[in-house]
Amino acid sequence: MSDTIPVTSAKDWASDQEVRWCPGCGDYSILTAMRMLLPEIGARPENTVFVSGIGCAARFPYYINSYGMHSIHGRAPAIATGLAMARPDLDVWVVSGDGDALSIGGNHLIHALRRNVNMTILMFNNQIYGLTKGQYSPTSELGKVTKSTPFGSLDQPFNPLSVALGAEATFVARTHDMDRQHMMETFRRAYEHKGAAFVEIFQNCNVFNDGAFDLVIGKKETRAAMLIPLRHGEPIRFGADNEKGVVIDEQGRAMIVDVDEVGEDRLVVHDESRPDPTLAFTLCRLSTGPTMPTPIGVFRAVDRPEYGASVNRQLAAAQEEKGPGDLGALLTSGATWEVR
Amino acid sequence: MADTAQRPVELKPISKVVIRFAGDSGDGMQLTGDRFTSVSAVFGNDLSTLPDFPAEIRAPAGTLAGVSAFQVHISDHDILTPGDRPDVLVAMNPAALRAELHSLGGNGTVIVNVDTFDERNLKKAGYTENPLEDGSLAGYTVFEVPMTSITLEATKPLGVKPRDADRSKNFFALGLVSWMYTRPVEETISWIEERFAKNELVKESNLAAFRAGHAFGETAELFDFKYEVRPAALQPGTYTNITGNTALAWGLIAAGQLAGLPVFLGSYPITPASDILHELSKHKNFGVRTFQAEDEIAGIGSALGAAFGGHLGVTTTSGPGIALKGETMGLAVSLELPLVIVDIQRGGPSTGLPTKTEAADLLQAMYGRHGESPLPIVAAKSPAHCFEAAIEAARIAIEYRTPVILLSDGYLANSSEPWRLPDLAGLAPIDPRFATATNHTDPDGREVFWPYARDPETLGRDWALPGTPELMHRIGGIEKEDGSGNISYDPANHEHMVQVRAAKVAAVAKSFPPVEVEGDEDADLLVLGWGSTWGAIGAAVAAVRAEGHRVARLHLVHLNPFPSNLGEVLGRYRRILVPELNTGQLSRMVRAEFLVPAEVQSKVQGQPFTAAEIKTRIDDVLVEMEKDA
Repeated sequence: MSDTIPVTSAKDWASDQEVRWCPGCGDYSILTAMRMLLPEIGARPENTVFVSGIGCAARFPYYINSYGMHSIHGRAPAIATGLAMARPDLDVWVVSGDGDALSIGGNHLIHALRRNVNMTILMFNNQIYGLTKGQYSPTSELGKVTKSTPFGSLDQPFNPLSVALGAEATFVARTHDMDRQHMMETFRRAYEHKGAAFVEIFQNCNVFNDGAFDLVIGKKETRAAMLIPLRHGEPIRFGADNEKGVVIDEQGRAMIVDVDEVGEDRLVVHDESRPDPTLAFTLCRLSTGPTMPTPIGVFRAVDRPEYGASVNRQLAAAQEEKGPGDLGALLTSGATWEVR
Repeated sequence: MADTAQRPVELKPISKVVIRFAGDSGDGMQLTGDRFTSVSAVFGNDLSTLPDFPAEIRAPAGTLAGVSAFQVHISDHDILTPGDRPDVLVAMNPAALRAELHSLGGNGTVIVNVDTFDERNLKKAGYTENPLEDGSLAGYTVFEVPMTSITLEATKPLGVKPRDADRSKNFFALGLVSWMYTRPVEETISWIEERFAKNELVKESNLAAFRAGHAFGETAELFDFKYEVRPAALQPGTYTNITGNTALAWGLIAAGQLAGLPVFLGSYPITPASDILHELSKHKNFGVRTFQAEDEIAGIGSALGAAFGGHLGVTTTSGPGIALKGETMGLAVSLELPLVIVDIQRGGPSTGLPTKTEAADLLQAMYGRHGESPLPIVAAKSPAHCFEAAIEAARIAIEYRTPVILLSDGYLANSSEPWRLPDLAGLAPIDPRFATATNHTDPDGREVFWPYARDPETLGRDWALPGTPELMHRIGGIEKEDGSGNISYDPANHEHMVQVRAAKVAAVAKSFPPVEVEGDEDADLLVLGWGSTWGAIGAAVAAVRAEGHRVARLHLVHLNPFPSNLGEVLGRYRRILVPELNTGQLSRMVRAEFLVPAEVQSKVQGQPFTAAEIKTRIDDVLVEMEKDA
């Protein structure tokens, strides 16, 4: 990068708009992490676009001083797909929530992931519909009592990472709103990934679903026992004294064990780059909800051709072969005749 | 061949003929009709076609549901329609005869593939008696031709299996009809050679069948006449034969070049619009990106995203897709970004008649979104006109920063006509006027970019592309303050924005030339049309006037906003007849807008109007008006 381009600071990335989330919302810490990360990774405001759908999270673009579009419910990945295909020179971010991404926009999410369109998708998961004031979401737990489920939810929740992995995503990660460093590191990895990156962020909605993630991230002192950090190339261990670990049993299931009992050699060594998603899938099924020890970090990061680049290669190949388009030649490409 | 003297065949010049090829969906009738059309076009006839096929890919063979037809009208003079009644019906099986005979003029010619008239096929077609034997075809000139068996015979020396040979019988029919109407054969032969180059046996089989059909006409002594339709005296120029969907695709490419913007098509396959996606996907060397999206909503969403990035965003669909795209169109209205939405209308509601034509989406195009969300509407009037209409839709979209709906229909999409190629240098450029600098000074003296600052003439907003330094801004579907674009829930601002968006669309009319009435300008009756009824109305009005009656006609390309002088023009007429392929949509719009006595002539049968239908109605109205006078 030319040294005439000034380095940005977090302040440069703050727009002039007043942030209007509820006081105490987890979204604030995500916004701060993003504003701090963007200067660090050398992003340029004019080359950055945030696209969002509808929901509390979807207000995010208004608060970043870049290009941005606050679109309609669920459609951000589709809109971002067109933008990323048209403009491979841009950094395209999609900011979404659990309802926006997994319910009304589920179709666009899975197709953007399978195509591997160059965009970084941040899904703020608060397990509730916040903006519409408290209905259950596709990630709400079974039995959840909300305004629309006074007798408890009957809907089996999605595991967002399982959905992403099932959709052939090439980058899948999880982080949470209580750890700025972990968010920044996860967002950085997602940003650097070529293709579609999917990041689930545990995000507390302190008004309609307060404490949904408290058991795993609520208190700093219990996090060591409840969060399982995934580090590429390292045995998967956790606990205050690293006394717990993860093994794969004979049926291929991930299980939590005491390291002393099984020995360190039996622990799974995390490999985010494995072409087949089995390990990532098994790890993301280790917990069935944020009530038991839960892996965080990068589950999967593999190389596959990026969609927009492939599209542009076809265009370049066509121009190479036929030359740039000649409208006159196109109009006379069928049978023609002269009338004098 | 027997060495006997040939019975002489007389060559009869005729000014026009309408031929309808009909057969099973698998018989290749569309291909046959298409080839006959191409040869006639290059020969210099004026022509118009009407493909008419079922929604099923292969309905059970031999049934009425599976009949696929292709009608072509060729002439030595300027024509406007594919012809009201065929003069000749080529029926490849009993079902085709049964389904299509009614369309034939009373003393028409029927050419049947007699080999298919066995008990089984007759039963499938619902015949209890063989129509070739029971006298029910009296009055028609019937030629019974053993197309299948001669094709089998002709291809046998090549080693073609009987089942495969059967597939070549459409080329036999093409050869025979080509002989009957004195079509040049060289072009079809080289076309077959090219098209089937990859499969030698199929190529040879089709060639043999085509030649056998041609030779049969010459030698069978069934025919006393062959016919000749001389080239038409068309306006000088270079011509090509074109369908509406191809012309529309090429118009989009041209619009991209005129505006200097790459074309981005986001589309989900749907009949009868898919051919535009197919055509555009071939032309990547023009920088055209085509994206087959996961659904209709992603089709328009991706196009809108590309438009935000500075491409000419386009989505193509039919009525059901328009319904699904409604919310994103509303977003485009609010974002004030250029977007072209193409609706190739078909019979509805719901799945309706996917392969048949209708023009019943006008009110959906006008009002099919929530809130006050007006957008311009352009309608193509003939297959070739789709080229011009696509450029016009793109021009309005880009210059006024608005989504535009371009209406075509299943008839225009698949029909073809000779198109005199335009002078490309004469096409007006389209200026996207991208913003490159800040456009507002804050009270504190800071230079900023306001995304909703407007051009005073067009009311189009300033459009800055991502990648432009210092012009970063956020836009969205929430109501925003005019100028700054900041979110605003202010009541007065919302009302202002509703009005300014409407005023912007209304301002588009300033860029239209005034409408001009054709025919007898001072008549008492005006025939008002839009869309694909152009040809049939033109032919009907010409016929009425040829009988000495006075009638005026006007055809609209711009349906929203209406041309500025439309109200004044409509106000001159005592009665206004609006033939429409719906139950009365334009007629309702002009009545509401101008309080004029417009009355609909409705047809919703999945088929275009015939000129005769419109002429009959005009005649009736003229008689009524005479009584009233």
